[in-house]
Amino acid sequence: MGLPEITLAVTWLGLTAYVLFGGADFGGGIWDLLAGGTERGRPQRGLIEHSIGPVWEANHVWLIFVIVLMWTGFPAVFAAIASTLYIPLTLVALGIIARGSAFAFRKVSTRIPRERLFGAAFALSSLLTPFFLGTVAGAIASDRVPPGIAAGDLVTSWLNPTSLMTGLLTTAITAYLAAVFLTRDAQRDGELELAEQFRRRALVTGVVLGGLSLVGLLVLRVDAAPLYAQLTGGAGLPLLVVSVGSGVVSLLLLWRRRYLAVRLTAALAVVGLLWGWAAAQFPELLPGVTIEQAAATPAVLLATLIALAVGGALLAPSLWWLYAISQRSTKAA
Amino acid sequence: MDVTTLAASAADLGAARMQMALSLGWHIIVACFGVGMPAITLIAEWRGQRTGDPVYRLLARRWARAMGVLFAVGAVSGTILSFEMGMLWPGLMSIYGEVIGLPFALEGIAFFIEAIFLGIYLYAWDRLPPRQHLLSGIPIVIAGVASAFFVVTANAWMNQPTGFDQVGNRLVAVDPWAAMFNPATPPQTVHMILAAFVVAGFGMASVYAVAMLRGRRDRYHKLGFLIPFTVAAMIIPVQIGVGDWAAHFVASNQPVKLAAMEGIFETQRGAPLHVGGIVIDDEMRYALEIPSGLSLLADFDPNAEIMGLNEVPPQDRPPVNVTHLAFQTMVGAGFALLALAAWAGVAWLRRRDLPRSRWFLRAGAVSGVAAVVALETGWVTTEVGRQPWVVYGILRTSDAVNPAPGLVYGFALVTVVYVILTIGTVFVLRRLSRDTPVPLAPQEDDVTAQPVP
Repeated sequence: MGLPEITLAVTWLGLTAYVLFGGADFGGGIWDLLAGGTERGRPQRGLIEHSIGPVWEANHVWLIFVIVLMWTGFPAVFAAIASTLYIPLTLVALGIIARGSAFAFRKVSTRIPRERLFGAAFALSSLLTPFFLGTVAGAIASDRVPPGIAAGDLVTSWLNPTSLMTGLLTTAITAYLAAVFLTRDAQRDGELELAEQFRRRALVTGVVLGGLSLVGLLVLRVDAAPLYAQLTGGAGLPLLVVSVGSGVVSLLLLWRRRYLAVRLTAALAVVGLLWGWAAAQFPELLPGVTIEQAAATPAVLLATLIALAVGGALLAPSLWWLYAISQRSTKAA
Repeated sequence: MDVTTLAASAADLGAARMQMALSLGWHIIVACFGVGMPAITLIAEWRGQRTGDPVYRLLARRWARAMGVLFAVGAVSGTILSFEMGMLWPGLMSIYGEVIGLPFALEGIAFFIEAIFLGIYLYAWDRLPPRQHLLSGIPIVIAGVASAFFVVTANAWMNQPTGFDQVGNRLVAVDPWAAMFNPATPPQTVHMILAAFVVAGFGMASVYAVAMLRGRRDRYHKLGFLIPFTVAAMIIPVQIGVGDWAAHFVASNQPVKLAAMEGIFETQRGAPLHVGGIVIDDEMRYALEIPSGLSLLADFDPNAEIMGLNEVPPQDRPPVNVTHLAFQTMVGAGFALLALAAWAGVAWLRRRDLPRSRWFLRAGAVSGVAAVVALETGWVTTEVGRQPWVVYGILRTSDAVNPAPGLVYGFALVTVVYVILTIGTVFVLRRLSRDTPVPLAPQEDDVTAQPVP
């Protein structure tokens, strides 16, 4: 493995962290949207706010990492993606602004009408942002972003069967992860009724997600044949098997109320999907562009990786402390 | 639809530049509070722990709440910038993304640390012992200053591109550390970091000056004014010195920018300093001229030669009026703030108290606005003064822009969102300054029970 491969792997690790943690924060917003009326939904909204409040900004930084590593490590690929897909990416960026600011505004609001207004903005943007982010992934996966600046079609590159499918899939993933994570958060706080509610949601979303994945594979077969071939017969297959297997085990664990264990298997199901895609597409980043052709000069890759290693040594204990504090029960405090 | 053949229209280029200006100009204000406010809040918390005085601790609590809101909008308004680097300026990023990537990666780490410790600081007030809580705030300050440093090095590189070898459009060798520590890095980063404290300090002080003007002259409001005002007032003289350093740097390294800042067209010895004025038909009119002033300021020699804009072809010149006006406004606002700081300093030395005049409070109330104006016009000076280049002397802004059509609509949409974001932020911050509740902390009931005057 050379420097380009290590850089890409680190980028993909960042993306994985963003989907798992940042994704769950978006999913929390979706459940906020579906929590019901002001009074009936209050306990659920309280749990969601308590769970994502201290960590969402830190979780959000993973996305910035991915973008910066893309433009540092594979500048021309980044420019091709960002220029061709500027429409969905603008919508993602605006969704991120609406989600983050509305959440922060709601947190300090004390009156119900304002809480409702900011809450609605927070919840709606939580639903739409992962969808558009998913369409971007679908555009890249289905080879619709050619190399070159704005060389792809500005509209059909992200409005196509694979992109729409991936958009739905991403949204479902965030909702599923959030439901799974919230189940355990509620249990730890002794809110058994809330835990039951989120367990039901996790089960339903898990089944929906499984169905969507199946339909997604069929869509890929028609719309993105090369990726489909690699996922079902090539390098992506083992990871896809891991993903499907973990998904099934997760449903069983949820059924048996093993809320801590299901966190791991649900995450593994998502990780398998992400890395399966990566393995299936490797070594091409864009059609006709391999990782070696796209990579930045070795001096840049080395300096960046060293900086990240040093940074990681500072970040790991800090992040652990943050999660440890935020995972402490509210009741104990 | 084959979009590769469509060059961006002039309107699309203008829209891309305005969108970048809007989102950067918006973010930079919030970012200044993100850099400066934690330190000021920690001073209050530290004084509160030392003296046990609940007023200090209440101030720290309330500033922390505002900080939480400002940090959130700062985080998300900063994210769109990293998107825009690629969406609006793919011609810049596809070649030079790797040259300026390292400082952004480092900034990512610094920002991550800032976010983590801010999460701890804000949410663990009731879960950590006071001393530990105070210490948990220190990484926020360090990481905030470091973030500002790293990001500004990338902008400095656009003014002084170094650290790479290029054959045609292909980079053959890159030294990312040399790019990061380019010649413009020292003056630009120091100028910006100090600006952050000036904006945060005067900005926070303004809020309490307004309250005192409305008659609330109790200890709480006085301290709320004094702490941030003192920080900003101590930094402003240093900042003006650093600004002079930055201007000398521009004079030696970007003479075209200096000529635009000063509205000098003919290369000349004993160049005058223009105060005010407007350029019509390549000539500075209605300006107050200080003979040989510019030569003296730029080179410490009244006979020094200053290059004029006529040395470069018209298509290589920046817009003169915008650059000149922005620079003058920044300098004017900076000196006004210096005068305000001096006024307070003299009164304090004489009677250990603030000036009694209501005019002092009125000036204090607008000092935050003046600091923001200086910040924005300073950025306009350096960014517009670099045009038509995005990378000085190497890549034109018009060659960097996304050639895809429709950028105008993107700009319109982004503008609408920013208007709403601005209204929301101002509304929530105003609410926060009025609402009485403070974050729950059972072990500090003397603070929680303290009424907000």
